[in-house]
Amino acid sequence: MGQLFSAKNKDVLASPIGINNPVTVQVLGICSALAVTAKLEPAVVMGLSVTIITAFSNVVISLIRKTIPNRIRIIVQLVVVAALVTIVSELLKAFAYDVSVQLSVYIGLIITNCILMGRLEAFAMSNGPWESCLDGIGNGLGYAKILVLVAFFRELLGSGSLFGFNILNYDALKEMGYMNNGLMLMPPMALIIVACLIWYQRAKHKELQED
Amino acid sequence: MKALRNYLDKIKPHFEEGGKLQAFRSVFDGFETFLYVPNATSRKLGTHIHDAIDSKRIMSIVVIALIPALLFGMYNVGYQHFKAAGIEGSFMELFMYGFLAVLPKIIVSYGVGLGIEFMVAQWKKEEIQEGFLVSGMLIPLIVPVDCPLWMLAVATAFSVIFCKEVFGGTGMNIFNPALVTRAFLFFAYPIKMSGDQVWVAGKSILGMGADVDGFTAATALGQASTSTTGAYPEFSWDMVTGLIPGSIGETSLIAIGIGAILLLWTGVASWRIMLTVVLGGAVAGCLFNTFGSEANAMAQMPWWQHLCLGGFAFGAVFMATDPVTAARTNTGKYIYGLLIGFMAIVIRVLNPGYPEGMMLAILLMNIFAPLIDYYVVESNISRRAKRLSTQSK
Repeated sequence: MGQLFSAKNKDVLASPIGINNPVTVQVLGICSALAVTAKLEPAVVMGLSVTIITAFSNVVISLIRKTIPNRIRIIVQLVVVAALVTIVSELLKAFAYDVSVQLSVYIGLIITNCILMGRLEAFAMSNGPWESCLDGIGNGLGYAKILVLVAFFRELLGSGSLFGFNILNYDALKEMGYMNNGLMLMPPMALIIVACLIWYQRAKHKELQED
Repeated sequence: MKALRNYLDKIKPHFEEGGKLQAFRSVFDGFETFLYVPNATSRKLGTHIHDAIDSKRIMSIVVIALIPALLFGMYNVGYQHFKAAGIEGSFMELFMYGFLAVLPKIIVSYGVGLGIEFMVAQWKKEEIQEGFLVSGMLIPLIVPVDCPLWMLAVATAFSVIFCKEVFGGTGMNIFNPALVTRAFLFFAYPIKMSGDQVWVAGKSILGMGADVDGFTAATALGQASTSTTGAYPEFSWDMVTGLIPGSIGETSLIAIGIGAILLLWTGVASWRIMLTVVLGGAVAGCLFNTFGSEANAMAQMPWWQHLCLGGFAFGAVFMATDPVTAARTNTGKYIYGLLIGFMAIVIRVLNPGYPEGMMLAILLMNIFAPLIDYYVVESNISRRAKRLSTQSK
C-alpha cells in the first residue's frame, strides 16, 4: 500500500484539485462550467460524471498505450471516451432522468471536454494505469470543485435556493425589497464567477502570477 | 478661497507617508486636486500633448453639462408623480418632490462608487482616479425613478469593480461604467428596469405627494414595443420638452441639448460622434419607415420620433462621446457613431424584448472601437506605403 500512495502519487491526485486546477489554472473545460452551473444538482452530477469518465478513460488508455500506433492515437482515445460517455449517459437516463434532461447535450459533449483529451495526451499516454487513475480522479474532482463553487453562488443568488431547497425566497425578505438576481442565471455571470475564483487563487499563490 | 488653500496646506503633512492620517492620503489627494489644479500638470510642450487641461477639469465640465438634464429630471419626477396622484402642486412642490426622490440615488451612486475608488487607490498607493465623478452622476440619470437603492448600490459596485478596476481604472476600461451599471440592472432585475410599473414614483415623500397604488405608465417606447396593432403613440411636444415617463435624465431634449451645446463649445465631446449617431439613427429609422412591417409599431414610428424618444439623445450626447471607450481616430469616430445610431434603432425595431436599444448599441460598439481604430490606422499606413512605393519607382 505504501507504494500505491507514495508522495509522488499523492501529489498526482492532489495537485489538480488545488494548485494545478484544470479549470482555474489550465483554463480547460470552461464551456461546460458556464453551461451547467445555474443549479447545484446538475453541477454535482456533471462533476461526478466527468470524474468517472476521466478516471476510466485514463486507465484504459494507459493500459493499451504501448500498443496504440502513434498516428491514430487521437482516434483511439476518442473511441474510448465516446464509449464511456455513452455508458454514463445511458446510466443517467435510467437512474436520474430529471438531471439528465437538465444536462441535455452537455453529457454527450463531455467527449469534447478539453480536460479529458488533455489528460489522456499529457498523462495517460506516458504513465502507468494506477498513476493515470489517480490523475483522472484528481482532475475530475478539481473540475467538480470549481463547478460546485460556481453553482453554489449562482443558485443561491440567482434562484435563492440550494439543491432546490428554499434559502432566500421568503415573504419577509421580499417585503424588504429583496429580489433574486436574474443575471446570475445567465452564462456571463458564471464567467465572472470563474474569473473571481481565478483572481482569488492567483492572489493567494504568487507563483501562479504571470508577468 | 485663500483661506481654503492655506487650510489645505496646513493639514497636508498629516496625510503624507508617516503622518497620523496616512490611511486617508488618497482621499485628501482626491479632494485637493478636485479643488485646485495640481502642482504637477503637463506643460504645454511636446507634440503629443493636446491641451494643458487635466482630466479632472474635463470631468467637471461634463458634470456641469449634466446639470440641466438632472434638474429637469427632478422636476419631471415630481410632475409625473403629481399627475398620477391626481393632485395639484406648485412648481416648487413638484421640484422638491423630485429632488427628494432623486437625491438618494445620487448619494448611493457616488458613495458606493467613490468608496470603492478610494479603497483601491489607497491599496495600490495610487492617486484617486477621477473618472467616477462623471459616472456617478450619469448612473442616477439613466435608471427609472422606482429603482430600489440597494439594487443601484449592487450594480454600481459591480460596474466599478468589474468594468473599471480590473482593467486598470479610469482610462483603461473597455466599456462605459455607467452603461454597464444599467445593463447589470436591466438583466439582473428586469422587473425594476422595464415594463410599466417603475417609471413614476408611487410613494409620498415627507408628506409631499400621495401614495398611488397600481398606477401604470409605460414609456412611449414601451407602449410601441408591446403594441400588437402597429399603432404607436402620437407625437406630442411633451416628447421634446420631456414631460413624459422615462429614466430620470433622458426625457428632455431641451435639457440634453443645453448640455450638448456646452460640451461642444468647450470641445470636451466630439461633434463627429454626436452628429453621426443622430445620422445613423435617422438612416435606420427611414429604412424601417419605408420597408418595415405594417404590424410593427416600432418600424412604423417616424424616424424623427425615434430620435426624440428614450435614451437616444442622452446616449448620443453623454454616453457615445465618452472619450475613453469611443474610437479615437477621426475617421473611426464617424464609423463608430454611425453604427451606434443605426444599431440602436435596429435593436429597438427588431427585438421587442429590448425597447431601449441605445444602451446595448453603445456597449456593442465599445467592443469594436479599438478594432475600428486599428483598421483606420492600418489603412492610413498602407496608403502611405503605396504612395512611397509608386514614388520610388
